[in-house]
Amino acid sequence: MIIDTVKQSKKEADKEQPWAALGLKEDEYESIKEILGRRPTSSELAMYSVMWSEHCSYKSSKIYLRQFGEKVTPEMKQHLLVGMGENAGVVDIGEGLAVTFKVESHNHPSYIEPFQGAATGIGGIVRDILTMGARPIAVMDQLRFGAPENPDTARVVHGVVDGISFYGNCLGLPNIGGETVFDKVYQGNPLVNALSIGALKHGDLKLAKADKAGDLVILFGARTGADGIGGVSVLASETFDADGPSRRPAVQVGDPFAEKVLIECCLELFAAGCVAGIQDLGGAGISCATSELASNGGKGMKVQLKKVLLRDESLTPEEILMSESQERMMAIVPKKHLRAFKKIVDRHEVEYSVLGKVINKDRLLINWGKQEIVNVPPRTVAHDGPVYERPVELPKWQAALNADSVNARGLARANDNTTDLAAQFVQIVSSPNQADKSYITAQYDRYVGGNTALAYPDGAGMIRVSEETGLGVALSTDANGRYCQLDPYQGARLALAEAYRNVATSGAKPLAVTNCLNFGSPENPEVMWQFKQATTGLADGCLELGIPVTGGNVSFYNQTGDVAIFPTPVVGVLGVIDDVARRIPSSWQDEGNNIYLLGITKDELDGSVWSEVVHDHLGGKPPVVDLEFERRLAELLHGASLQGLVASATDLSEAGLAQALTESVLRFNMGARVWITELCERDGVDRTSALFSESTGRMLVSVGREDDVKFVGLCDARNIPVLRIGVTDNTGELEIQDLATWKLDELRSSWVATLPELFG
Amino acid sequence: MKIGVVTFPGSLDDRDAARAIRLAGGEPVSLWHADSSIKKVDAVVLPGGFSYGDYLRCGAIAAQAPVMKTIIKKAGEGLPVLGICNGFQILVESHLLPGGLIRNEKQHFVCRDQKLRVENVDSAWTNAFQKGDEITIPLKNGEGGYIATEETLKMLEGEGLVTFRYLEVNPNGSMHDIAGLRNERGNVVGLMPHPEHAVEPGFGPDSPVAMRSGVDGLKIFQSVLNSVISA
Amino acid sequence: MPKQDLLDPQGKAVARALERSGHKAISAVRIGKRIELHYATTPTDAQLQEAKKIAESFLSNGVIEDVVEVSIEQD
Repeated sequence: MIIDTVKQSKKEADKEQPWAALGLKEDEYESIKEILGRRPTSSELAMYSVMWSEHCSYKSSKIYLRQFGEKVTPEMKQHLLVGMGENAGVVDIGEGLAVTFKVESHNHPSYIEPFQGAATGIGGIVRDILTMGARPIAVMDQLRFGAPENPDTARVVHGVVDGISFYGNCLGLPNIGGETVFDKVYQGNPLVNALSIGALKHGDLKLAKADKAGDLVILFGARTGADGIGGVSVLASETFDADGPSRRPAVQVGDPFAEKVLIECCLELFAAGCVAGIQDLGGAGISCATSELASNGGKGMKVQLKKVLLRDESLTPEEILMSESQERMMAIVPKKHLRAFKKIVDRHEVEYSVLGKVINKDRLLINWGKQEIVNVPPRTVAHDGPVYERPVELPKWQAALNADSVNARGLARANDNTTDLAAQFVQIVSSPNQADKSYITAQYDRYVGGNTALAYPDGAGMIRVSEETGLGVALSTDANGRYCQLDPYQGARLALAEAYRNVATSGAKPLAVTNCLNFGSPENPEVMWQFKQATTGLADGCLELGIPVTGGNVSFYNQTGDVAIFPTPVVGVLGVIDDVARRIPSSWQDEGNNIYLLGITKDELDGSVWSEVVHDHLGGKPPVVDLEFERRLAELLHGASLQGLVASATDLSEAGLAQALTESVLRFNMGARVWITELCERDGVDRTSALFSESTGRMLVSVGREDDVKFVGLCDARNIPVLRIGVTDNTGELEIQDLATWKLDELRSSWVATLPELFG
Repeated sequence: MKIGVVTFPGSLDDRDAARAIRLAGGEPVSLWHADSSIKKVDAVVLPGGFSYGDYLRCGAIAAQAPVMKTIIKKAGEGLPVLGICNGFQILVESHLLPGGLIRNEKQHFVCRDQKLRVENVDSAWTNAFQKGDEITIPLKNGEGGYIATEETLKMLEGEGLVTFRYLEVNPNGSMHDIAGLRNERGNVVGLMPHPEHAVEPGFGPDSPVAMRSGVDGLKIFQSVLNSVISA
Repeated sequence: MPKQDLLDPQGKAVARALERSGHKAISAVRIGKRIELHYATTPTDAQLQEAKKIAESFLSNGVIEDVVEVSIEQD
């Protein structure tokens, strides 16, 4: 092996280096030379190329993500123990407890190798949670696949769901919810986002920093192999050409058993106080962990790369530095704790190696045997990467798309044809995006841990954090690519509103936000415009709602050739509930309750499921969001639930009232008699809008007869429009007056059959 | 009443088993796979999970653990042992129960609220039930298909050693819809479904009464407390 | 290999997949395991017998699997 050393880099100053093949631009290469005062060694070049890649450095998104940190009031920050910039945000939930949560993407690997891509996506986000010092307690997944009938979609669906099931179940983490969406725009670019949440006591918080000279740098967990070499920079910054995935092996292979053992081992290390700082190894492996730990701590590091335990002895130093082998962690251990550290890792039969130590210089020094192969200022690698201000351009097609509304087109409505309208109802709720997702969720363990208070099919997931008091947290993740294509600013606000509303319907109080921003290529000014709009919309929305973004993830380059996916910012909202016993089910179970519709329904069908399923149309402007009203609506529900007035509550979103009614009657097989004439009159909308409009700020609530007066009184006092639209009835039927009566068994048959028929 | 719960590398439902024991009125004691001592407990639970990542065969490596050597010996002397899911697999690999457990027929992991019938109440873990009781217990596994030779099946049925049978839906292709078995003596019981996930109102399977209110699993843990008292 | 008369769901699933891809001549598939035990020097007869015992007692589950062959191969 010929090793390119620092010495060599000074002697052979003009050596040709493959910076372009590694994904760097010429000016970036020049910049590196300027920082070092010489050409980089090949190891240093590898490090910079990976750490300065889009995925690791956020170079195209940084200037816009700043808004999440800037558009914040002191009040919003009061519950934040850790804000943006760390592995995950940490939120105080009371009783000396905190939760840490984050959502991340693993899109490109999941197209190439769906099973491993999705599996390691779960592995990665769980490790991020673990590194905060928390015990991971739940996961959620947000999946977007191509057209359901396209045969390649099945390949991706099976692989991804199997992968998430395999990894998540094996870790013993309940899957408490998520989303599954099919749209041809994701055909060559499926989106696999994964969220994890962990719980910790305030004092348990760990940060990824090495701030005391003399502390040891220890790599432990799985051995390092050739997994994902160059995966991060090469894959995520590369779009696929139209013929399909061109590269195969740059995918990581995961072993959830190793990660489960690692989790238990780390938690024991944390409890014993052996560890001063900790970082997990994900994208960019050792390059990232060493430079970030050093940079965050404001110190340097000296590392002997030969000490890394290898799976494959033929790996070169560059490959070792770039390897993305899974299930590895890097700990900063004060010398006095080394013995205790060793005892614990040995008990768990986890391998480890002391790679070096923290030093007082502002340099990251890596040796290969006696030769120095890396000598860089850690900040320049980890944090001071390039910051781009990419060109931004309003898409040329935007105005035309926005003008092409459902009404401008005069898309036919079946208002006067009851049979057709009824048929559309069933067609819409049984369409792949609206149909029952049990085919997928039944492959996930929702019971492990014994703390799952709400999971699919409830609108939000809810986990009990304290067994003594019942303190818990609720989570919902939402996104709508179609809305965002119409208007990325509003689309992001709509996603935020929906997640916020879902958390509110569970009885919890929204507290914090995470996001996963899935977009096309940042080199496309129109995509960049969409990104700028969406991030601004989200930041403005969070400010309005008074809940901060605590962290998140950006995934660019989701496009095939020139065709980008719809801008798809996934927004996750976390809420807290003082006692999970107070949680509100999404669907009704009791007979003889009154059914109320909260909020106002408008003629807002642009971008709706109705427009897609019935007319294959996308155009116009998405529904209007009134965040101030959403806030009041959430507060109303919170107040009502504290008084125990609400028996069930679900939000209205995609497929509007039709979807909400369907899910409400089928869950516990409790029918209903519903009328929409009054709704149409009061809000001035036709039957199509009444059933399928996707207006925001609405909830479907069932209330026991004894609580009616109080509940309506509460709504009136708080100026929340409330309309009784039906009663629950154990008839085995859903009846919508003057429209149709469906037997629940038949409705259920249609609703549950869709996914098994497509993918069975 | 001290009831041990063994943790192997990869065990997942050990904490849940401990909670179930506590709710039933017992005192859970944590047992580590590498220690051969079982700390004088009155009964042992082998919990669910993916011990050793299901390497080689589910439960095969765990069956060789130091703690298992002690448990196998004590089981021979009458110690009540309950194997849940992966624990059932470990019991089968340890030859404390007959037969084998293989991949689900449909090749997928499945998590569902499963209806069972209690077939036999003459065991340390089912005496709190009535024969014929229909219960709902969460099931979650990928390798839960029970198989055995014709001879073994004849013996099991003939001697009433089947303790739980799947009702309505056979989720994994188990022969004779067998969900759980006991040994001849009645101190060792293994079952695929997870009773520890149906012990606390609010966190169990749905029931006609309320969402997630099913607690049918509690009787399994209460049974062993009965049998220990009378021992 | 899984015992002849017992269900092999993996083999069944693979057979179905092969059939779907047009390989109609394949009537059945059974999937077993190959396990390699590596020694520093060529195993003695006694070690081979020991390996057979290990195969039958631990590496396989006699209830559901048969040990088909235990033999020495050059590395």
